[in-house]
Amino acid sequence: MAAPILEVEDLGVEFLTDHGWVRVVDGVSFSVGEGETLGLVGESGSGKTVTSLSVMQLIPVPPGRISGGSIRFAGRELVGMSEPQLEDIRGDDIAMVFQESMTSLNPAFTIGEQICEVVRRHRGCSRREARDRAVEVLELVQIPDPRSRLGAFPHEFSGGMRQRAAIAMALACDPKVLIADEPTTALDVTVQAQVLDLLRSLQERFGMAILFVTHNLGVVADLCDRVAVMYAGRIVETATVFDLFESPQHPYTEGLLQAMPQLGERGKRLAAIPGTPPMPWQMPTGCRFHPRCPYAETACTEQDIPLRALAGDRHVRCRRVEELTLEGAQ
Amino acid sequence: MTAPLLSVRDLAVTFHLRGGLLRPTRHLKAVNGVSFDIAPGETLAVVGESGSGKSTMARAVMRLVEPSAGSIHLDGDDITALRGEPLRRIRPKLQMVFQDPYSSLDPSMIIADVVGEPLTVHGVATGADRDVRVQALLEQVGLGRYHMNRYPYEFSGGQRQRIAIARAIALQPKLLVLDEAVSALDVSTQNQILNLLEDLRRELGIAYLFISHDLGVVEHIADRVAVTYLGRIVEEGPTERIFAKPAHPYTEALLSAVPIPNPRVQRSRRRIVLPGDVPSPLAPPPGCPFHTRCPHVMDVCKTVMPAHTPMAGGGSAACYLHDPQATEDSRCAS
Repeated sequence: MAAPILEVEDLGVEFLTDHGWVRVVDGVSFSVGEGETLGLVGESGSGKTVTSLSVMQLIPVPPGRISGGSIRFAGRELVGMSEPQLEDIRGDDIAMVFQESMTSLNPAFTIGEQICEVVRRHRGCSRREARDRAVEVLELVQIPDPRSRLGAFPHEFSGGMRQRAAIAMALACDPKVLIADEPTTALDVTVQAQVLDLLRSLQERFGMAILFVTHNLGVVADLCDRVAVMYAGRIVETATVFDLFESPQHPYTEGLLQAMPQLGERGKRLAAIPGTPPMPWQMPTGCRFHPRCPYAETACTEQDIPLRALAGDRHVRCRRVEELTLEGAQ
Repeated sequence: MTAPLLSVRDLAVTFHLRGGLLRPTRHLKAVNGVSFDIAPGETLAVVGESGSGKSTMARAVMRLVEPSAGSIHLDGDDITALRGEPLRRIRPKLQMVFQDPYSSLDPSMIIADVVGEPLTVHGVATGADRDVRVQALLEQVGLGRYHMNRYPYEFSGGQRQRIAIARAIALQPKLLVLDEAVSALDVSTQNQILNLLEDLRRELGIAYLFISHDLGVVEHIADRVAVTYLGRIVEEGPTERIFAKPAHPYTEALLSAVPIPNPRVQRSRRRIVLPGDVPSPLAPPPGCPFHTRCPHVMDVCKTVMPAHTPMAGGGSAACYLHDPQATEDSRCAS
């Protein structure tokens, strides 16, 4: 792995709910190397989006709070940093692309105004220079006739074009880290393929690191170098994308891989993980996956299971890792 | 093939978007001349991207939107223009499950009433008799009697979809229309529901009209597939043939755009990345609706919509590449 540009260590995030302070992200650690794409994978409620928002310190406080841990960008601690300092980093060194480009772009301003605002805030350049930069990045994301599109409002763009414009805005200041939270989930598959290709080619050109949050294992297989799998607020496994798909080490990862409908298996019963993920205010004791795990033993229900390092830069949170042989993707 | 359970011919649905003082009324052809059949107990999947008209097609079959042309026959009866009481009488044969189980269940009703309501409305069962039936229905979808007096908010998304399915099968329908019925669910729960649908089909012989954008799911559940683009069916056929030998360039591109959850396979396959976006259904291009993005476009495609040509292996595709006359003409022209 390349030198880490983003390091998250023992991150805890809590929200105040009817059930009191509830920890939705618990002891999450991972790092993203320069130019690397890390996939953060999990089902709804696993804490993957809260984790990605925490990196940018975008958790709404209250009701949320970062209860512990450290987030370092290029060695600088982000947790506890003052708001003006954070604003210097957001959109400049670290940029973000969200799932819903309709809500992440301001409907009252033109695409050009929104991109220029970012450039002028961080570069302090003239309007003309900012406009030139906006045209440049819109061209990068293959918006046809970019100069004339600067005056368009978000609603005048199609879904795919809006997401490309949002990516252009994120790229405007050459970020070192791009955080992309389900950026293709709301798009049609043919448009998703375009956006994935675009992200790949932009990364090759500019070498930014990408933290890619998704529930879609197909997209992970397409784009990511390494993967961290989250379940019930914790990371249960990290590995390179090839290792993870070929030889998963955590039963939950195996369950996810087996649950993907496989090509050419019509009529065969689909593997399903029984039950549902736990609510964050009633986390099971011991391993949080044990109520749904086909390999669980009594000991799995008793003590907390640590994330253990294995050979080959892998980490797994399972006490039976040595005895189990799990099945990978077909 | 036995007589079809559902037979749709040249169906069109046009929405009229009211204009303003200086803006004329615009007409959106959401569904434009669509024909298909579903045999008893068969699953037909309709796939397509947003704006392809697949949901409108489902709603037209359900008679929730008015068709502007064409006909819909269910079980031999013409239901295209039925209204009021006659329409109500065929409703038990034809039921629907929606995408979002959070908005399709009345939050103020307990589950016994949610599932039992169709039985009451159609005078099938009341009182204790109804409760016995509801209990059996809940068991059929993997829920228990103890769920009967609870409210929808007490259930997870997957459980709610089970409840919606229990309600839909309460009247023993012959056709169940499922509009993105598993799209809102996580993979682990999604498969539980797909397995349930398979079980119900085997036990009850229900036919499914399965609307979906997820080709992985479709390949698993469907007997036949219809691929839609801008309000038209561009290709249809047996699932095996569609996935193994797609005939229409759009089907081919659609299949190749779905990322396969295996990095070695995914990174070594040839992919077709289509340029641009789906054109607006308010201003569909003339000729073949796909010609603006098609890698094989010919002159003839830009003027006249191709007819469906039968394909080896079953089904048909509406593309000049498979029309010997058109390819011959274009070769002469170039």
